[in-house]
Amino acid sequence: MAINFIEPLYEVVRNQDRCIKCRVCENQCSNEVHRYDSDLKVMLSDETKCVNCHRCVALCPTKALKIVKSDNCFKENANWTQANMTSIYKQADTAGVLLSSMGNPEPLPVYWDKILINASQVTNPPIDPLREPMETRTFLGAKPKDIVKDKSGNIVNNLPPQLELSTPIMFSAMSYGSISYNAHESLARAATELGILYNTGEGGLHEDFYKYGPNTIVQVASGRFGVNKDFLNTGAAIEIKMGQGAKPGIGGHLPGQKVTADVSKTRMIPEGSDAISPAPHHDIYSIEDLRQLVYSLKEASDYKKPVIVKIAAVHNVAVIASGIARSGADIIAIDGFRGGTGAAPTRIRDNVGIPIELALATVDKRLRDEGIRDNVSLVVGGSIRSSADVVKAIALGADACYIATGALLALGCHLCRSCHLGRCNWGIATQRPDLTKRLNPDVGSQRLVNLIEAWTHEIKEMMGGMGINSIEALRGNRLMLRGVGLTEKELEILGIKHAGE
Amino acid sequence: MVTIDCLDKDYKEVCDLVRSSQDSDIKLKNVVGQRYIAAGIGGKNIKIEGVPGNALGAYMDGSNIEVMASVQDAVGDTMNEGKIIVHGSSGDATGYAMRGGKIYINGDAGYRTGIHMKAYKEKFPVIIIGGKVGSFLGEYMAGGILVVLNLAGNKDIVGNFTGVGMHGGKIFLRAKEITSPLPPQVKCEDASEEDLKELETYLVEYAKDFNLNEKNIMDEHFFVLKPNSANPYKRLYTAN
Repeated sequence: MAINFIEPLYEVVRNQDRCIKCRVCENQCSNEVHRYDSDLKVMLSDETKCVNCHRCVALCPTKALKIVKSDNCFKENANWTQANMTSIYKQADTAGVLLSSMGNPEPLPVYWDKILINASQVTNPPIDPLREPMETRTFLGAKPKDIVKDKSGNIVNNLPPQLELSTPIMFSAMSYGSISYNAHESLARAATELGILYNTGEGGLHEDFYKYGPNTIVQVASGRFGVNKDFLNTGAAIEIKMGQGAKPGIGGHLPGQKVTADVSKTRMIPEGSDAISPAPHHDIYSIEDLRQLVYSLKEASDYKKPVIVKIAAVHNVAVIASGIARSGADIIAIDGFRGGTGAAPTRIRDNVGIPIELALATVDKRLRDEGIRDNVSLVVGGSIRSSADVVKAIALGADACYIATGALLALGCHLCRSCHLGRCNWGIATQRPDLTKRLNPDVGSQRLVNLIEAWTHEIKEMMGGMGINSIEALRGNRLMLRGVGLTEKELEILGIKHAGE
Repeated sequence: MVTIDCLDKDYKEVCDLVRSSQDSDIKLKNVVGQRYIAAGIGGKNIKIEGVPGNALGAYMDGSNIEVMASVQDAVGDTMNEGKIIVHGSSGDATGYAMRGGKIYINGDAGYRTGIHMKAYKEKFPVIIIGGKVGSFLGEYMAGGILVVLNLAGNKDIVGNFTGVGMHGGKIFLRAKEITSPLPPQVKCEDASEEDLKELETYLVEYAKDFNLNEKNIMDEHFFVLKPNSANPYKRLYTAN
């Protein structure tokens, strides 16, 4: 047998005094780390299989387990890190493209953490959200430039279709296939209860979830999975997926083993067939072509739905957004380089794209400079981790935020970043019935509602602190932000002053 | 039958008139490049005089369209059900991601004909081109049937990269030899009796639609192109 160069990153530490050999860890672990040795009468672990998802730790009734980082290490090298070396071993073994999941974990700058929010003191006093009304309601869609009156002086309603959100947060695209039925149900029910929207992703809409249509964004990607007239007319908005922050320039590929009977029905492709959605829409090679897709979707949905165009944050994002704002799209969604994914080539995920903070600031400025900011609403995603990130994003010019990793965390995800294996022990990123049933949509939807309600309250607190009682007055209000520890150039791009200025 | 004169009307006006027409039989005359005609529409029979613009019958859900002249790009994009007959030629991306229904073109078709075509249960898309096609025929094809007849007997029936990324469905090429190189994902064989039998039912209909002799069409050699594997990317990745 060839030598295996890949060493486990974690150790499963079992306190044998506490272990009652109930075998819960063994039953819960789809990676088959734990097993019971009936001769020795002990639980044993095979750490080479552990992904550190903490399912066993969370469910161990006697708290006998912990997962720790292994201190077993290669000879230290700041250049050839253990991760770099291990990648070489894996590729030398298999000749494969390295595949990872969830957002970029590398220690690249997080600008949210270098931006601070203002508060009022003596003049323009703070507002107490518990005592005074505070408006977080958000309308997404193109806004008309002029008030038009008819011959008798009555105002003509020239407002394009709008999405109404109770709070400026939506659940971003995750397809049925990449996540489970119960995860989708949790998102759909929570969005409905909260008065916000969730997004089908590019995998079509399960027939059971058509009833959540008014709170659903339906997505159209290059593979057009599950796209038909009913699908387009059921959602509150239609999103064209041009790109994804985790893998700009790379498309979707759901492996055949995840295309189960139910997923196949929703995507309208045969069971077990690969679902390939390449990055290029091969009918779109220009803004004019994009305009054609935007308007064909509007025609097919009778101009009743706003059309969103979603792109990844890349180097020339401002120019691209300027084109999209002229394409007839109502909303532009921009996904930053930390955005999650159910599977992406590691090198793409970790090296392609730019931070959402910079992309947002530059797009908002560009659209304002060109006088076309009102043509579109801006929705940003790609690692919005807290209500403070939402407030900062809105002050930088966003109309609303998309969250997905945060929503999955609320459902129990522990960011083990192994979605591509399809064995999610938390019942989220898997289609195995024995695993998906672990996620109870009653509990899941309630946890999502809790999260968004808590964030909304925090947003109101922060707005109140700034003396602002409407989210409209926060939008693009960069004077409410200051940078800390940022260079001149970074401040210039973000359009904010340094703390102390 | 209601007749709509499209002269000096923009696409939105034309599409609105088609959508709101009480009469299900519609004749559009003087069509000059108006886009999106019959997008997402079912249950109508539309005859078009003139050349319609891009995305004719996109997402179409069970209407019948007959175009007496040529059509532009993206005819039948993501079409779900229905039939489009074109007496002239068609532009690029004909039948993009089409899931069901039929597109019959009398003349030639451009680049990327039938890409992303997919079949599902009773949904089974068929595209037949009477002439030749450009490159990328059936790219990423996942289901259905694509037929290129080359009735005019051109030297090259297809362009380059035919069936790149194909992982389902069949492409029939009516030719004695294929001069363009085919990618490794595609397996090229002489059409079997069974293949030809499947093809014939559609060709009978096609010949009738264009007043052609079905025997003359069938009386020629056909190649059938099929994917080499249903999962062309299976072995590409390593879990990291």
